[in-house]
Amino acid sequence: MPNTKALASYEEREKRFTGAHALCAGCGTPIAVRAVLNAIEEPVVVVTATGCLEVATTRYPTTAWNVPWLHVAFENAAAVASGVESAYRVLRRRGKISKEIRFVAFAGDGGTYDIGLQALSGALERGHRFLYVCCDNEAYMNTGNQRSGATPFAAQTSTAPVGQESFGKIQRRKDLTEIVVAHRIPFVAQASIGDWYDLANKVRKAISTDGPSFINVMSSCPRGWGHDANQTVKITRLALETCFWPLFEVEDGRWSLNYVPEERLPIEIWLRPQKRFAHLFEPQEKTELLREIQKQVDRDWERLLQRCEVSACASV
Amino acid sequence: MKKILEKEHRTLLTGAEAAAHTMRQLRPEVVPVYPITPQTPIIETFAQFVADGFVDTEIINVESEHSAMSAAVGASCGGARVLTATSSQGLALMLEICYIASAMRCPIGMAVGSRALSGPINIHCDHSDSMMARDAGWVQIFCENAQEAYDLSIVGQKLAEDQRVLLPVMTIQDGFTITHSAEPVALLPDEAVTEFVGEYRALYPLLDTEHPTTQGPFALPDYYFELKRQQVDAMENVYAVWGELQEEFAKLSGRRYRGLFEAYKLDDAEYIYIVLGATAGTAKVAIDRLRRQRKRVGLLKPWLFRPFPTEEIAQALQGCKAVAILDRALSLGSWGPLYSEISAALNTVSARPLLYNYIYGLGGRDIRPDQLMSVLKDLEGESDANVQRFIGLRE
Repeated sequence: MPNTKALASYEEREKRFTGAHALCAGCGTPIAVRAVLNAIEEPVVVVTATGCLEVATTRYPTTAWNVPWLHVAFENAAAVASGVESAYRVLRRRGKISKEIRFVAFAGDGGTYDIGLQALSGALERGHRFLYVCCDNEAYMNTGNQRSGATPFAAQTSTAPVGQESFGKIQRRKDLTEIVVAHRIPFVAQASIGDWYDLANKVRKAISTDGPSFINVMSSCPRGWGHDANQTVKITRLALETCFWPLFEVEDGRWSLNYVPEERLPIEIWLRPQKRFAHLFEPQEKTELLREIQKQVDRDWERLLQRCEVSACASV
Repeated sequence: MKKILEKEHRTLLTGAEAAAHTMRQLRPEVVPVYPITPQTPIIETFAQFVADGFVDTEIINVESEHSAMSAAVGASCGGARVLTATSSQGLALMLEICYIASAMRCPIGMAVGSRALSGPINIHCDHSDSMMARDAGWVQIFCENAQEAYDLSIVGQKLAEDQRVLLPVMTIQDGFTITHSAEPVALLPDEAVTEFVGEYRALYPLLDTEHPTTQGPFALPDYYFELKRQQVDAMENVYAVWGELQEEFAKLSGRRYRGLFEAYKLDDAEYIYIVLGATAGTAKVAIDRLRRQRKRVGLLKPWLFRPFPTEEIAQALQGCKAVAILDRALSLGSWGPLYSEISAALNTVSARPLLYNYIYGLGGRDIRPDQLMSVLKDLEGESDANVQRFIGLRE
């Protein structure tokens, strides 16, 4: 397991993603991108879906990328990566490329949970060797905070707004990580920009598996979530402490937890500092909704614990 | 690697099989495939060639045509020669990425078995699919028969990869009429095709990690327009490169595709038919019969639809009395697509012939020589020009 010094030294070795970008102050996505790319030792080729990351890093004729980088459209990062990886395999077989190259695709939750789900599923089923990283900030943030399949219950977005007749999103978020697990690929994980070591370790495991791998990284959007730019890491950490976003991994079908809080914090602690949940506390507290959210978190956490226990028993 | 053909070989093939032989002989690195009628036998035949070890290609069995074109762009940017095939709804689904393929200057070769677009759903031939894609920035080549489908997809790939062009190319054959009909086709020796087309070398392959490139960036109003202008120039270059390649191909094969369109009995023609694809064969029978009746008629069959041979066609039509433009697609609310092109092409001509627009064969409706022959009466003055008419339709 690398320590902080080691992790920092990767950045010194080769700056793969530079500061020459226009992402907002406090954006979680570049934190995820740097952590991912710095944890990979081999030469790497990056594919990115349309979104903040693409728009804010490649304004023609400038670029923030020091590694080969390709963007085609919104919904097809996994299909594009399939093409690049297939080209690599056949060119290597034909002796036109000699070195080992690794492939990483980055997309947001809109480009993964929603419009890109089919392309992702196809690429996973075909078994291309690449790492797909979903930077999940729980809504379409590039277009200004519209509701996605990843938006949590009761969150305020511009297409599921709060009003006299509405408390925000009325549905629960879909469990994408579990959908990916159902593809039976070698490595699936949930991670967070709030835990650098954990993310770096997962990237190393993912990149060394001979097949597709997937990491769902929680990444805050200060503008969409409604918190100060300097609170990004803190807020995502609170998602770990409340067990809203648990850290776990599924290796060859075996589930394991990577972090168990010493004392689980109530979900309110995560919701309260975010303006997208302000209507749950003002003008008066919506106790029933808060109770419902807590119940959902509890149930999901219990379910995850059971899965990990079953895996632990099975491996004894 | 095993080879099938060491010398020229004349054999009975469907258009789909002929297209698959071209794919095999072009030795592509990557071929994303997704089935759709009537294109499916192209990718099936090719997949069998790969399974039997005749060609070493990564076939990607994608989950949709959208992903087929996305994977094609990814592989092409990576530095691979990429071929694929589609029809109808498949082309419609991949269209978003077709625009990006041409903008990213990916020389992807695609066989299109042309078929009507839904709705209602219909699997038979018309040109709605290819016409829908006419503004996507692809070179579009229409083929009359299986031999042309074979020859012109070989030339088309070399055209696509020419540094002056670097554009994707679709080679279009009429669904079922050509894709599923067997006819004698002369195949070139494998080695000859390999040598003619050469190895594909991408200018800036994404997989060159020593020289990282950023591909597919975001262009704002300060650059977007200039980048589109480069595609205009590339399209312009197609005319000259097409001419050079046809000379080269004629030396290799003995088959000459002179010019940007086929001129059939045009020299002294007073009345000219213009048609794309397989119906040109039917039109030739009609022309021959009319000639026997001492009618001075001829046929102009464009091979290229994009770029459109505007100047050459204007020259060829100058001075004739009337032109029958046969469209196998609608542009609802306007003229047929081919008619609009011809009408615009004639803007610079002083002796402008009368133009007649006929819509025919939608959804695979058959068209017969006698129907084409009867059109001549309109052209001879019995009916007004500049009216859209329908052949073989129950009103």
